[in-house]
Amino acid sequence: MKHFFTILSHEVRMLLVSPSTYVVAVAFLSLMGFLFTGILEQYSKAPQDSSPASVFFYFYWIPVLFMVPLLTMKCLAEERRLGTIETLLTTSVTTTEVVFGKYAAAYLLYMAFWGSSAGFFYILKRFAGDAHLIDPGPILGGYLFIAVSGLFFIAIGVFASSLSRNQAVAGMLCVVMLFALLFGGEYLTHAAWLEREALAPLKDAVNYARISQHFEDFTRGVIDMREMLFYISGTVLALIFSILAVEAKLLHS
Amino acid sequence: MTALPPQPAIEVTHLVKSYAGVTAVNDISFMVPRGEIIGFLGPNGAGKSTTMRILTGYLPATSGQVSICGFPVASEPDAVKRRIGYMPENNPLPDEMRVSEYLYYRGRLKEIPRGKLGARIDEVLELCDLKRVRHKIIGKLSKGFKQRVGIAEAVLAEPPVIIMDEPTIGLDPHQILIVRDLIASLRGRMTVLISSHILPEIEMTCDRVLIINQGRIVAQGTPADLRREVLGQSAYEVEAAGDLGAIPFLLGSIDPGLSVAAEGPVDEKGFRTIKLKTLNADDAGEAILRAFASEGLRVRALSRAHPTLEDVFLAATRRSWDAVADPKGPRP
Repeated sequence: MKHFFTILSHEVRMLLVSPSTYVVAVAFLSLMGFLFTGILEQYSKAPQDSSPASVFFYFYWIPVLFMVPLLTMKCLAEERRLGTIETLLTTSVTTTEVVFGKYAAAYLLYMAFWGSSAGFFYILKRFAGDAHLIDPGPILGGYLFIAVSGLFFIAIGVFASSLSRNQAVAGMLCVVMLFALLFGGEYLTHAAWLEREALAPLKDAVNYARISQHFEDFTRGVIDMREMLFYISGTVLALIFSILAVEAKLLHS
Repeated sequence: MTALPPQPAIEVTHLVKSYAGVTAVNDISFMVPRGEIIGFLGPNGAGKSTTMRILTGYLPATSGQVSICGFPVASEPDAVKRRIGYMPENNPLPDEMRVSEYLYYRGRLKEIPRGKLGARIDEVLELCDLKRVRHKIIGKLSKGFKQRVGIAEAVLAEPPVIIMDEPTIGLDPHQILIVRDLIASLRGRMTVLISSHILPEIEMTCDRVLIINQGRIVAQGTPADLRREVLGQSAYEVEAAGDLGAIPFLLGSIDPGLSVAAEGPVDEKGFRTIKLKTLNADDAGEAILRAFASEGLRVRALSRAHPTLEDVFLAATRRSWDAVADPKGPRP
């Protein structure tokens, strides 16, 4: 892992000079800002039973669906399209270092964007002066959920990027995979055919992989190690597959 | 750098590479001593780039052995990659970076210590005449500058072996000259393997030439050796007028090996160009002149032809195609 930090700093820098990063940042902050003001308006009209933070984080899937592909679709696809992967891999850098470096850079940026949304809560606290609106539990739980699930989402983006040399294809593939992951579990739990006795283990597996359930647990303050493990093992698998995909493409190029 | 270890810089034995049933490189063996500049010639699809990629450890070989400075590529890719500076085909560069930033990044990847890197970057910028553009964005540079950035990157870590795939492709003659001088300036210090389509290029820079076609080496040696080996010994060009029917007989009396290779059309003054060739190395110019004069043929010009590497290349590749078409197998 000697070259990890070299690649990481290079990738962060490349993301920071790329216009798509700023498009993502503007889109993210304006969307989340609108949502946040909308939520506050609801709260000012009538008291609600949940804290505004948990409602705010409930919409986490919207930015995930566009932010993750835009941050990651370029990382490996572009290297291959330009051929710079050849100069990269003919130095003593391993594929693992390349994939991890790019992954870490995209994750850092993803977290930086989410981190900037903390400003909303700061403004609320500063000007609302209403202590019950700022409940630290759901806020911390929400950010923790974003941080842990982000690991997996970004890894999926990197994996999609390793499959194609075309950025657009990588991006679409990433959206599809994220969509299946975010809503597939929810859809399957309501599927009638899964109710059969013989399929009970499958049903358990689907329940385990329900991201909306994880989200609710996190914002309620229930930090379950099994759920953490789901994201971490998913991340590790997606990254291993990315490394294999990059190497397999070399063997069969 | 004084006591060079005895192993050759590049050693390739019985290298074979096949992709999905197509054999791109078919049993190639060659050796490059240290400090030599070697040119790799071949038509498109001959297996040049594939061979180079295998040498750098980017692609695995199907069979055979490759070692760089005594380190086998297959079992010690890391040691090999540290000893190689590689510029791939089409010279891929990240368009968004500045020249000095790119060199810094590559220097860090090549494990040049931070303290020395700045000085080393200045050195290669000077060597490649890139000082003026060091703060420019690579994507906005002209092709000649980009090419030199690629070369600067390849020599950055001072590797003992430099491999460049078509370093002069797409450059104008002036830029080719600069790149050629640059490569020549590495002679003796580094082993350089370059591939090219531009034959005068290779002829002027390289100590030795390898011609490959359809995955096989069809000829190798110094440009002068190749001319002798591939084209035979000598060729002459005579411009003469008169009764040319007697020429074959006439030639037999000078040298039994001398024969007419080609005859040109008659021009308005009655002269035509006749190309003669022989296996004999001795200069037969005087004998030819005397024999022609004795038969009453008028001779306007006689010259001993100097075949270019282009002729050698065409002859060698044609010979290999003939050999492939010939069911009895390759010629000795």
